[in-house]
Amino acid sequence: MDVKLSGATASDVERAAVATVLGPEPPQAGRVVRAGRAQREQRHLLLPALHALQDGVGWVSRGAVDHLAERLGVAPAEIYGVASFYHLLATEPQPALAVHVCDDVACRAAGAGALLGQLGEAVQRSACLGLCDRGSAALVRRSGPPAERIDVAVAPVTALQVAGFLGGEAPPELAAADIPPPQAGKPGLRLLRRAAGEVITTVDDYEAAGGLAALRRALEQGPDWVLAEVKAAALVGRGGAAFPTARKWEAVLRAPSRPHYAVCNADESETGTFKDRVLLERDAFAVLESLAIAGFATGSEHGFLYVRDEYPLARARLQAAIEALRQAGWLGAAVGGPGFAFDVELRRGAGAYICGEETALFNSIEGRRGEPRNKPPFPVESGLFGQPTAVNNVETLVAVLEALRVGGSASTKLFCVSGAVVRPGVYEVELGTTLQALIELAGGLQPGRRLQAVLLGGAAGSLVGPSRLDLELSFEAARAAGLSLGSGAVVVLDESLDLSEVVLRIARFFREESCGQCVPCRVGTVRQEEALRRLFSGRPLGSREDELVRLSDVAEVMRDASICGLGQTAAIAVQSALRGLS
Amino acid sequence: MFGAGGGTSSYREIETAELIVLWGSNARETHPIFFHHVLKGVRNGARLIVIDPRRTSSARWADLWLGLEVGSDIALANGIAHEIIHAGLAREDFVRRATAGFDDYRRCVEAYPAERAEQLTGIPAGVIREVALAYARAARAQICWTLGITEHHNAVDNVLALINLALLTGHVGREGSGLNPLRGQNNVQGGGDMGAIPNRLPGFQDVEDVELRAPFEAAWDCVIPPRRGLHLSQMFDAMERGELTSLYVVGENPAESEADQHRALRLLGGLQHLVVQDIFLTRTCQLADVVLPATASWCEGEGTVTNSERRVQRVRKAVEPPPGARDDLEIVAQLAGRLGRPWGYGSAEKVWAELRGLSPMHRGMTYPRLEALDGIQWPCPSEDHPGTPTLHTRLWAEPRGGPPAPFSEVEHEPPVDELTPDFPIRLTTGRRLDSFNTGVQSSRYASPLRRGESIDLHPEDATRLGVAEGDRVRVVSRRGALEAPVRLDPGLRPGLAFMTLHFPDEVPTNVLTIDAYDPKSGTAEFKATAIRVEPLAEPATT
Repeated sequence: MDVKLSGATASDVERAAVATVLGPEPPQAGRVVRAGRAQREQRHLLLPALHALQDGVGWVSRGAVDHLAERLGVAPAEIYGVASFYHLLATEPQPALAVHVCDDVACRAAGAGALLGQLGEAVQRSACLGLCDRGSAALVRRSGPPAERIDVAVAPVTALQVAGFLGGEAPPELAAADIPPPQAGKPGLRLLRRAAGEVITTVDDYEAAGGLAALRRALEQGPDWVLAEVKAAALVGRGGAAFPTARKWEAVLRAPSRPHYAVCNADESETGTFKDRVLLERDAFAVLESLAIAGFATGSEHGFLYVRDEYPLARARLQAAIEALRQAGWLGAAVGGPGFAFDVELRRGAGAYICGEETALFNSIEGRRGEPRNKPPFPVESGLFGQPTAVNNVETLVAVLEALRVGGSASTKLFCVSGAVVRPGVYEVELGTTLQALIELAGGLQPGRRLQAVLLGGAAGSLVGPSRLDLELSFEAARAAGLSLGSGAVVVLDESLDLSEVVLRIARFFREESCGQCVPCRVGTVRQEEALRRLFSGRPLGSREDELVRLSDVAEVMRDASICGLGQTAAIAVQSALRGLS
Repeated sequence: MFGAGGGTSSYREIETAELIVLWGSNARETHPIFFHHVLKGVRNGARLIVIDPRRTSSARWADLWLGLEVGSDIALANGIAHEIIHAGLAREDFVRRATAGFDDYRRCVEAYPAERAEQLTGIPAGVIREVALAYARAARAQICWTLGITEHHNAVDNVLALINLALLTGHVGREGSGLNPLRGQNNVQGGGDMGAIPNRLPGFQDVEDVELRAPFEAAWDCVIPPRRGLHLSQMFDAMERGELTSLYVVGENPAESEADQHRALRLLGGLQHLVVQDIFLTRTCQLADVVLPATASWCEGEGTVTNSERRVQRVRKAVEPPPGARDDLEIVAQLAGRLGRPWGYGSAEKVWAELRGLSPMHRGMTYPRLEALDGIQWPCPSEDHPGTPTLHTRLWAEPRGGPPAPFSEVEHEPPVDELTPDFPIRLTTGRRLDSFNTGVQSSRYASPLRRGESIDLHPEDATRLGVAEGDRVRVVSRRGALEAPVRLDPGLRPGLAFMTLHFPDEVPTNVLTIDAYDPKSGTAEFKATAIRVEPLAEPATT
């Protein structure tokens, strides 16, 4: 390795923080030094090490960057490039206590605008925190020694509360914000079967609730049985791309290169989307059981569960569930008996929407900037660490369990209803239910409110007007209507909202979240936001029509020439709104 | 080795090896182009072991670095052999069919169990065992070495110790496995191949063999002296004795590159006649009676060079030389003419044609073929032969081709310049990425990496001496003394110091080094000098 260092040194606290992840520092002189591959193979621990620094010290200093560079045999510029990539890692000193308040579309639709106005510059404004069913949301964090650390999401949150946190008041317990989904107690739930009930915390309770039956059966029947059942269920991915799950798994199972990996994409960051959070928090054992089945059906021994950093409760419950399953012999060297080894590693995101893109997620796990890769090769051939990889969304995995449990087709789907409805929350409905019926299931619009539009599928989705409430919510019908169900986000916007602000917020979201790797998206998202600001402030460059043509051109270039879904979808909502406005 | 003086493998084979051992080589800095092949190998999954007293920048790439005692290479190699044999991992079929002298060798290394090797080398016995098993078990293993092996008083024995390891495990003569000395310049290999060494005629043919000599005598219409000539170190000894009074130096700067520089300058200055042919006015030129300005052979003339993988490559004239500079071939040929032997070589290609007639290993290499095939690796005995990427495959042939490859019994011998309380620190010398040898070619260009000469010390030694980074100190050996600034290098260990020879005008490192040399190779022991370091009371007022 050729590492040029700046000369900045890491403090003892920083070195100790890094050592909690990378292990004690090996000797660097004497007679024998082991480094090379052993050192480089720790690269995938870079993001956990950066988290350890952020949690322990509050930021990633230049001395810490140099220290990591030496420990991993990686250039400091690369380490800095990774650290500065993520919103939740600081590369400049900052106060130990940070409050991130959501100012995204769903929270605004629920009235967060007033809260943000009161708080001003005291807090950091954040994109969607995935707590859209509870109105205004905040993520409260304090760095320092373990006993002093805080990491909790609070929703709903008031300006008074936030002021209290900033003044040193302790935020509520992690689980305080945990409430069951609105359909709790209703019959016929499949995907939400357990999530709608009491939270399960032990393997015994999970088994008593019918858990692990699918994994047992899979181990008896073999991978081909699993593939056949998943195929029979006609299950397609629920992360937004709707790819047939059985085809993905079979491709990985048959891939000759070893090892294989099974990855659960729990980096749910799409605006207005929180269904995966509810499953992760309230049905953690099921997610892990299904990931083990995915591992079994794809010939993988190692699984990764990549959870967005904004979900501290989900992380805590998942980690506890992983440990419980390991103890009970359902994860580890012999899953349910000898013959199948599979273990799961929980990885934290660090605040980057793009890491929900599967190849960006791989790069993030590998300790690189979360920039998407060109496809092909597709992950089934060359994914995590360049190996065949099955990567699946949380809801997809839970749907697999249902498919193995009852057979038949996967006919229900989760939708995240938020905004100006009476009972926001995650709803499980039959595919084909109309948008109207879904909104009614959520209690309809709040009294005195009138529907202006629905943001369907999140920031990457479309703004749908009241005239299309008869839309059937199925993959086929949505496609036929030129729409996408995307992640299942349904943000209900009433007439009190200024739609141009919603559109601007979406444009800003993409500008902030573009990874900057490819030009159409890096430049396009900036130009789109600029043009919208000019347009909405009544100061267009040339005529209003000139701006619309310009926006349409930028949209086309981003859609056609960006390498990943972020750039390809960054103009859809904007364009759908402009068409409605024009 | 085994009668052919060249590396046995192609660069490409380094890229597919399972194990690469860099022994006494800081290739990252001294062979940066070759090191790219090493890095490709590492990227392809090769394990890299670096054996060097210093934790160099090459060692920082290594999976395992062994910081052995300076001059204990034979003890380490024999210790590794001992462990291979005792683990039952000697490649018996290969040893039986392709080698000779195994029983004597086994008896020799029997005296080097890992525990004794640990005492001599400083490397823990367990690590010696680990390296032994890794080398013996690898499907394809390469040993590459440089001056850390050859700049010792027992250089040839060092090399033989490494060859023994390859013979013991069959890691030679097969695609992917091999033994590779890395050459320090683009045409060191070619110089030897062309007979510019004391005991060989062109094509690496023994000058003392009457049958090999005969074709040359016929072609050149002369009698060739039947005995080998003097190598460089012997020449200086002959100057000392007054037997050698005239010297013709071509493209070498011995006034600064020889060990024990005080002596070298005295002897060069005492010659009756000194002729130097060079592209720069070097220190040696400044001592000369006659200087012959030559052209830069890589861009101002025609010819060939041969690299470390034995690949003969064409060199073409790209620019006109400055006025007054002449091609080496023209100078030598005119000199011959003045001495009464007009050779009549009109061009480099004519010389090459003559060589092909006299050197079997170059016979198939016509200029058009060299051009068409992007160079050819020797031996290439005929014009339908593709060249030889891997040498000594004959050892694996059924039946074996040629004579068996001999094991050699070699014993550990510590460096000549002993460490004593008066001279307690071991100084080893070497090179850095940004500079080349005595700086004749590189010092004219700025480099952001260059930081001038220093004596590199371990921080503990510096503390004990009461000196800090940048302080000037006096460095004393049994032969001379100099002043240099201190640089701290935690990659050294206490008792080990490092200097280069890149800046002879500022810090004439070779006034310290010892000219004890290997009688077989003539290479001096640049790598092991006993010194002491004295803090200077007051900062030097230079």
